[in-house]
Amino acid sequence: MLEQQLVNALTLGSVYALFSLGFTLVFGVLEVINLSHGAMFMAGSFAALTVVTRLKAPLAVGILAAMLVSGLLGLAIDALILKRLRARHAPHLIPMIATIGATTVLTSAAQGLFGVEVQRFPDELLPTREFIFGSVHVRALELAIVGIAFLLMTALFLVLRHTRQGRALRAIAESPKAAALLGINVEGLFLATSFTAAALGGVAGLLIGLNFNSVTPLMGQPILHKGIAVVILGGMGDIRGALFGGLFLGFAEVLSKAYLSSQMGDAVAFGLLFLILLVRPAGLFGRVLERKA
Amino acid sequence: MNRATKHLLFAAASLLAVSAVAGDLKIGIAEALTGGAAQYGVPIRNGFQLAADEINAKGGINGNKVVLVVEDEQGKKEEAINVFKKLIFQDKVLMIFGPTLSNSMFAAGPVANAAKVVAFGTSNTANGISEMGPYIFRNSVMESDVLPVTVRTAVKHYKIKKVAVIYGNDDAFTKSGYDVFKKVLEDQKIPVTTTETYVKGDVDFKAQLTKIKATNPDAIICSGLAEEAATLMVQARGLGLKAPFIGGNGFNSPKLFEVSKTAGEGTFVGSPWANTNPTPANQHFVAAYKQKYGADPNQFAAQAYDAMTIAAAALKSIKVTGNVATDREALHVALPKVSISGATGPFKFRQSVGKDGKPAGYDADQTPFIYVIRDGKFVLFTGK
Repeated sequence: MLEQQLVNALTLGSVYALFSLGFTLVFGVLEVINLSHGAMFMAGSFAALTVVTRLKAPLAVGILAAMLVSGLLGLAIDALILKRLRARHAPHLIPMIATIGATTVLTSAAQGLFGVEVQRFPDELLPTREFIFGSVHVRALELAIVGIAFLLMTALFLVLRHTRQGRALRAIAESPKAAALLGINVEGLFLATSFTAAALGGVAGLLIGLNFNSVTPLMGQPILHKGIAVVILGGMGDIRGALFGGLFLGFAEVLSKAYLSSQMGDAVAFGLLFLILLVRPAGLFGRVLERKA
Repeated sequence: MNRATKHLLFAAASLLAVSAVAGDLKIGIAEALTGGAAQYGVPIRNGFQLAADEINAKGGINGNKVVLVVEDEQGKKEEAINVFKKLIFQDKVLMIFGPTLSNSMFAAGPVANAAKVVAFGTSNTANGISEMGPYIFRNSVMESDVLPVTVRTAVKHYKIKKVAVIYGNDDAFTKSGYDVFKKVLEDQKIPVTTTETYVKGDVDFKAQLTKIKATNPDAIICSGLAEEAATLMVQARGLGLKAPFIGGNGFNSPKLFEVSKTAGEGTFVGSPWANTNPTPANQHFVAAYKQKYGADPNQFAAQAYDAMTIAAAALKSIKVTGNVATDREALHVALPKVSISGATGPFKFRQSVGKDGKPAGYDADQTPFIYVIRDGKFVLFTGK
């Protein structure tokens, strides 16, 4: 039983990590808690679903559609809302509230367009292969989610560390004003970051929608709450933090359901989160906050 | 305005108000047609309307037409009382169908009982409804009548020694289903290996299911809605958990198969009604409802349709005098003797005992259907 629960925890943790990647990226660069990330997640799922069911396109096209639609929505939210707020030097709370508004608009639009009922991917698209190692069952899709979460995290980490754009982004994260003085196109990179983060959210939505075969306008809500916890736990804006925070939450939740009680899953996970923050207020990988001041 | 014109206007107004003519059988319908409970109230109203239209198309009851006086009680207690008073004292109906929710029946039922008018619920499943008095009737079957039969049948078929239980613990419907299951398992002395829970919105049940698998149960009892149950089944099979499921009323939805496909094979479900029941009475009802309303009927429409058939049988057996009080009482006396075979199968009443120990109102005495899922369909279980 333990081996299977560890695999369950790894897949659930990867789901959380995948969702949190884009979420934490936006915070790291823009210093905005973008609560519309759950809506990006949902939009990606619906975009892929529409493309594969209405246009009968293959799943690969669905993935592209998820990235593109979510990415463009993220770009639009940045250009229409966040950019204006940046220009007015709005305090941190304002963009957060504004993105709640954007979420409401997007989920209501999805409810109007697609209805409130759960939608499903057609059967023939679902990879049903399953691997059995001794007593452990793993589906191909779950392996893919774990793999993609690690791959994207590594790729993003390398881009930030070793490319010109990555260095520029880190400079912006340090101080947007100083970065602008150095000739970095701050606004352009802000837009690019919003696009990338939302596109990552869209892919996460598609993979998770496929895995549980359940796509609804409100699917971003429960995972958004977990995502916030992951990002805080991992350290706001830290890519490695998203991965480890996600895995931590997954393991805490699954193991407490397995060895305590299924009523206690969230209570234990969030209780541990609280304890860790008491010891490390900036999260596992968080930078010392005072440096900013 | 002179006196003659006044009289004339008054006469015209009363003609308009009472569109029913002598010999019509006025029946009150008090259901929630707006608000949250309308999802039940509207199909119920449709079921009554369909049955009444069919009766009238065949020439009515002993030559008298059935006239429905439909009122919206909005799923609210206060409104149900108002509507009951209007139907009883103003419209002078012979009897009332409704209200939709058990809560409303607890509020409005005593009004009808005091006025000696039959109040007939078709969707009230709470305990204690019929105990309120001799004028309270219902043909809705309670979960506590269905689940013992479901469990007993499945236990016998699969030779079940022990079961695991999983349910949604933040939803009134699935929680109360769990409470009934729990009592049934205690009564039938079936050990529970583990009881697991989930909350609304959960899509990953693998931790709970892995735990269930480790306890090696012979069956999994699940009180959940069709959407969650289907996902549960798929994930259980994915983990190599092969035990069959036993479900409550929440399983009675075609949605179960849309997702679960073959994962639900062998699941046992009990229901007062199922649209695939092949009896001619049910097939006729399903087809007629679909033709009239352009949608598939549900359990609530079926129970309303049958309730109207029950009332019609009682009305057929009495001689309508035109005196409201006499006719109401004759109907009240005739109703308990009715037994029919309708869309929900063979039906008769069972008198309940009130809190004072005296005989009170009437509940449904109906055997639930037990269905087993085979080849992705509900198949009536016949013992094999």
